[in-house]
Amino acid sequence: MEKSLIQRLLLSDTGSKILTIVIIFIAIVVPVLNLLVPVDSPLHISTYTVTLLGKYLCYALLALSVDLVWGYLGILSLGHGAFFALGGYAMGMYLMRQIGDRGVYGNPLLPDFMVFLNWGSLPWYWFGFDHFPLALLMMFAAPGILAFVFGWLAFRSRVTGVYLSIMTQAMTYALMLAFFQNDFGFGGNNGLTDFKEILGFNLQDNTTRCALFVASAVALLSGYAFCKYIAQSRLGSLVMAIRDSESRVRFMGYRDEHIKLFIFVISAMLAGIAGALYVPQVGIINPSEFAPIRSIELVIWVAIGGRGTLYGAVLGAFVVNYAKTFFTAWAPEAWLFILGGIFVFVTVFMPKGLVGIYNQARSRNTRKKSMKESQANIRNS
Amino acid sequence: MSTSFADAIDEGNTVLSFPELVASLTTKKFDEKAVIIKKIQESEHPQSLIILSKLLDGKIYYKKDDKTVVIADITKKTASIINASTGEPLGQTTKKKLKKVGINNKLRRALNSSIAQLSLNNEDPKIRKSAVVEMFKNMDDEMSSILQKQLGVEKNKHVIKTLETAISINQLKSSVHDDKLQAIESLSNSLYPEVRVALNQLEKNLSTSPQTSQTLTLIETTQNSLKKIESRVGIYKQIENIFFGISLGSVLLLIAVGLAITFGVMGVINMAHGEMLMLGAYTTYIIQLLLPNHIEYSILISIPTAFIFTGLVGIGIERGVIRFLYGRPLETLLATFGISLILQQAVRTLISPQNRAVSTPEWMSGSLDINPALSLTYNRLYIIIFALLVLAGLMLLLNKSKFGLQVRAVTQNRSMAKAMGIKTDWVDAFTFGLGSGIAGIAGVALSQLTNVGPNLGQAYIIDSFMVVVFGGVGNLWGTLFGAMTLGIANKFLEPSMGAVLAKIIVLVFIILFIQKRPRGMFALKGRSADN
Amino acid sequence: MEKNESILYLNNVSVSFDGFKAINELSLYIDKNELRCIIGANGAGKTTMMDIITGKTKPDEGEVYFGDHIDLTKKDEAEIANLGIGRKFQKPTVFENHSVFENLQLALEGHRNILSNLFYELNEDQRNKIDSSLETIGLEAEKYRMAGELSHGQKQWLEIGMLITQNPQVLLVDEPVAGMTHQESERTAELLTSLATRHSVVVVEHDMEFVRSIARRVTVLHQGSVLAEGTMDKIQNDRKVIEVYLGD
Repeated sequence: MEKSLIQRLLLSDTGSKILTIVIIFIAIVVPVLNLLVPVDSPLHISTYTVTLLGKYLCYALLALSVDLVWGYLGILSLGHGAFFALGGYAMGMYLMRQIGDRGVYGNPLLPDFMVFLNWGSLPWYWFGFDHFPLALLMMFAAPGILAFVFGWLAFRSRVTGVYLSIMTQAMTYALMLAFFQNDFGFGGNNGLTDFKEILGFNLQDNTTRCALFVASAVALLSGYAFCKYIAQSRLGSLVMAIRDSESRVRFMGYRDEHIKLFIFVISAMLAGIAGALYVPQVGIINPSEFAPIRSIELVIWVAIGGRGTLYGAVLGAFVVNYAKTFFTAWAPEAWLFILGGIFVFVTVFMPKGLVGIYNQARSRNTRKKSMKESQANIRNS
Repeated sequence: MSTSFADAIDEGNTVLSFPELVASLTTKKFDEKAVIIKKIQESEHPQSLIILSKLLDGKIYYKKDDKTVVIADITKKTASIINASTGEPLGQTTKKKLKKVGINNKLRRALNSSIAQLSLNNEDPKIRKSAVVEMFKNMDDEMSSILQKQLGVEKNKHVIKTLETAISINQLKSSVHDDKLQAIESLSNSLYPEVRVALNQLEKNLSTSPQTSQTLTLIETTQNSLKKIESRVGIYKQIENIFFGISLGSVLLLIAVGLAITFGVMGVINMAHGEMLMLGAYTTYIIQLLLPNHIEYSILISIPTAFIFTGLVGIGIERGVIRFLYGRPLETLLATFGISLILQQAVRTLISPQNRAVSTPEWMSGSLDINPALSLTYNRLYIIIFALLVLAGLMLLLNKSKFGLQVRAVTQNRSMAKAMGIKTDWVDAFTFGLGSGIAGIAGVALSQLTNVGPNLGQAYIIDSFMVVVFGGVGNLWGTLFGAMTLGIANKFLEPSMGAVLAKIIVLVFIILFIQKRPRGMFALKGRSADN
Repeated sequence: MEKNESILYLNNVSVSFDGFKAINELSLYIDKNELRCIIGANGAGKTTMMDIITGKTKPDEGEVYFGDHIDLTKKDEAEIANLGIGRKFQKPTVFENHSVFENLQLALEGHRNILSNLFYELNEDQRNKIDSSLETIGLEAEKYRMAGELSHGQKQWLEIGMLITQNPQVLLVDEPVAGMTHQESERTAELLTSLATRHSVVVVEHDMEFVRSIARRVTVLHQGSVLAEGTMDKIQNDRKVIEVYLGD
């Protein structure tokens, strides 16, 4: 029974199969090549690369969360960067508290920036962040609560389409302004940084790095399975029905706004976890993560991969971020031209993304075969 | 030669000509200089005021070779010089060949008073008035008696009022109780900051002096006067805030109106709209670069140029990208965002990533001084007027022209309009061009308020989205209402809670507002508005 | 005419959009298991009336009751649907990216909350129900086809099928035969007539021939209120109706 569930979630179609195998493969091979292969061997993978790939895995999880609301629910959120950042800040606060008296000012209770600002005591919302379980809870809760409040207000008043998109953008913009403020209590401009250790492990150790990498891979795969489970359930069917014809769903007696809210909150929490895993790997979280452009950028990851497929989102996150790493090193001037060009090209010429192009090519080649497969794919439980 | 002048002065000989007087400034004796200054003042020669103010600024020199007294503008080693007595330019020289005409503190006082008296005789009442205001800070009995005299001949009532204020400020120092009291009371009508300083100083002095019943009365009256002044200043501060709010609202209006029209007609949000604004602002910058000698007209040239340029860019975007995305508003949003990235980067690459300053023409600088507590800058005033003119023009276009009729038809029911033979894609392209063109002229206006940079559009775009959300689409009144409300709300909240928090509060307010009216303040109603 | 128990009751309902009165003091009663046809020109207020009953539009004035005590003006769309009022839109609205089977499965009564949908497993009973709906609308052969691939008429039937599967007490059917061939229309007529034995059915339609083929009782709407009501024959001879339809 359990095995069949895993099969259903991770191995039911080609895309999922490839994704599962690749992720499991790199989750094993990358740490091995980093930790066990000597540094001078050509097979050695540097810690820099491990961190970079770990970052990509977090981005992929973030892209999944966007695909869930955009590809399945039809809501173009331009604010998912905010959920990612909130999860990141929750983790950052935990890591700040772990520094203890090893900060520049050596204050055992207050993080450096608070000492610098002459704060006498820890603000109430920082309490408890020295306990990992509570911090972990907040990594889900902070983005979840924001998504709940925002979504509840927006869906209840039936704000949809571009209106909703620009409201989500305004949301992340407002948060960016707030987090830039010093007296907001999250380190202002500089954000949170100079972390030392996580759960007692030194963040600079290769082993810790690799563990975080594996954790990100596990999170991505679990997130994928979770999204897939939702997508394959009758709820998922409803979610897509809302995307295609919301009023029909409503007139059938479903509370469409509750369903939307549920998915939106779940998605925000996934984004939050992605952010939480991202922060210890890159070593910093600052308000620029809330910048509207960050949120729009990650939408294009999903678009280029192919939305509404989940594995397309993961693919897109890897492709665009690899391109970004490559181009910002090679021709930083050109990167924004390329990114802008991708936006235009993808929306106009490949609305179904890379996955769509592949499927089209394949169906042209083996039309009969794919007909059969698509029939098999149709859920008749 | 100099001795003979000195003798002549000593003898009280007043028949020296003006050039001779000026030439005698080369003397080293400060006492003599004092007499010469007085005489230059009394000569009422057109150059008098210039010479005296330059002397005060330390810009009067004489040439070491022929002792010609000159006004020198010294930059490092070279100096451009002007003959002091004639005003005739004498070209360039080196700093070494010049010697400064020195002054001391006593001379400075004398100069101040002479300059003031000269200014008081000026034909322009504005200059007379500002001369008196200049004197507020260092009033003494001597100055006061000069002003008393002036009061007798002065006709202009604004100048008279200022004179009275100056005299009252001096009267505060009087030892006569009733005079003091009267001065305190009469100053309660004045809004000059110097008056407040003087009254505060007085209050401080009084509270440390022996507390007789007279002093207590004085303290109370002073406090009352101050209170009265403060409350009036407070009101003017609010009026100023409203003015700032309206001017911000006007900018938002100019930006949002294009967004609202395109959203109304095509149902798409143009994320590159902010970049149209930026391009418009850069148009002004480039025109000023091309015509450095015609800054006065640069704005007037920029407005149509920016409109046409950004309008064409807009039409290009519509024809080149957006029309392929018809019926997919979310994808349109993404594609136009991509265009905005490209345009920003293009400006960074082609011009500069740094901000650029655009000059303000003479006629737009300065301010309209309503009273000492309230002055409205001309650039903001012009922008308000300009925004309203643009709005009126647009209303005329939309309500009276054939194009406007078609736009309204497509806004209300696209398929019906199409069925009736309206070329909807033509309407789309031109609406988009119109919206972009207006954003372009908004950029011209904005270049007069702030520096021009590649990120200019980003700074305003979210606020103008909020205007559209708040005001509703398909109705220009809604945009006007939304822009003004948000502009004024922002500026009203700013002083008490800071710009950032004000912005956040306004955003939160809008999110709550759409609970009540999801389609904005002035939304279209009915079945056709549902989709 | 015998007095039946009424299931839908509109009394003096008015609604206006920007000053235009779409519905003007409309009063209408629908009985249990009645098949009612509503006709009227464009803009007579037929669709707005359906919007009011289903909670999409709130009336400015007037009462709308379901059964004896349920005030529909206080309920929203989903609540009204769950009370047992189903609606078919003028433009066929089915989930085009879902199969016919899935469309019907989503319509199936019960399981309206989130968690029960997340852990939903279809049982034999429900499967049979869907199959019987499929049979009723004659789309058995299209069971696994995407709804978007169906013909216009088939989409209309699918939507009616979804209504049946939802098992409401009242079916509001907006222009069911628009775009149908003559044969398809006839089948639709049979379908609706047979439905009226177990449900109340309100049909809005332009096609007079179709109305005549199914109508027992007809209401004519004009400018937002009832112009005439009665049997088809009575309506056809009504002077006011003739005036409105043929007069100008």
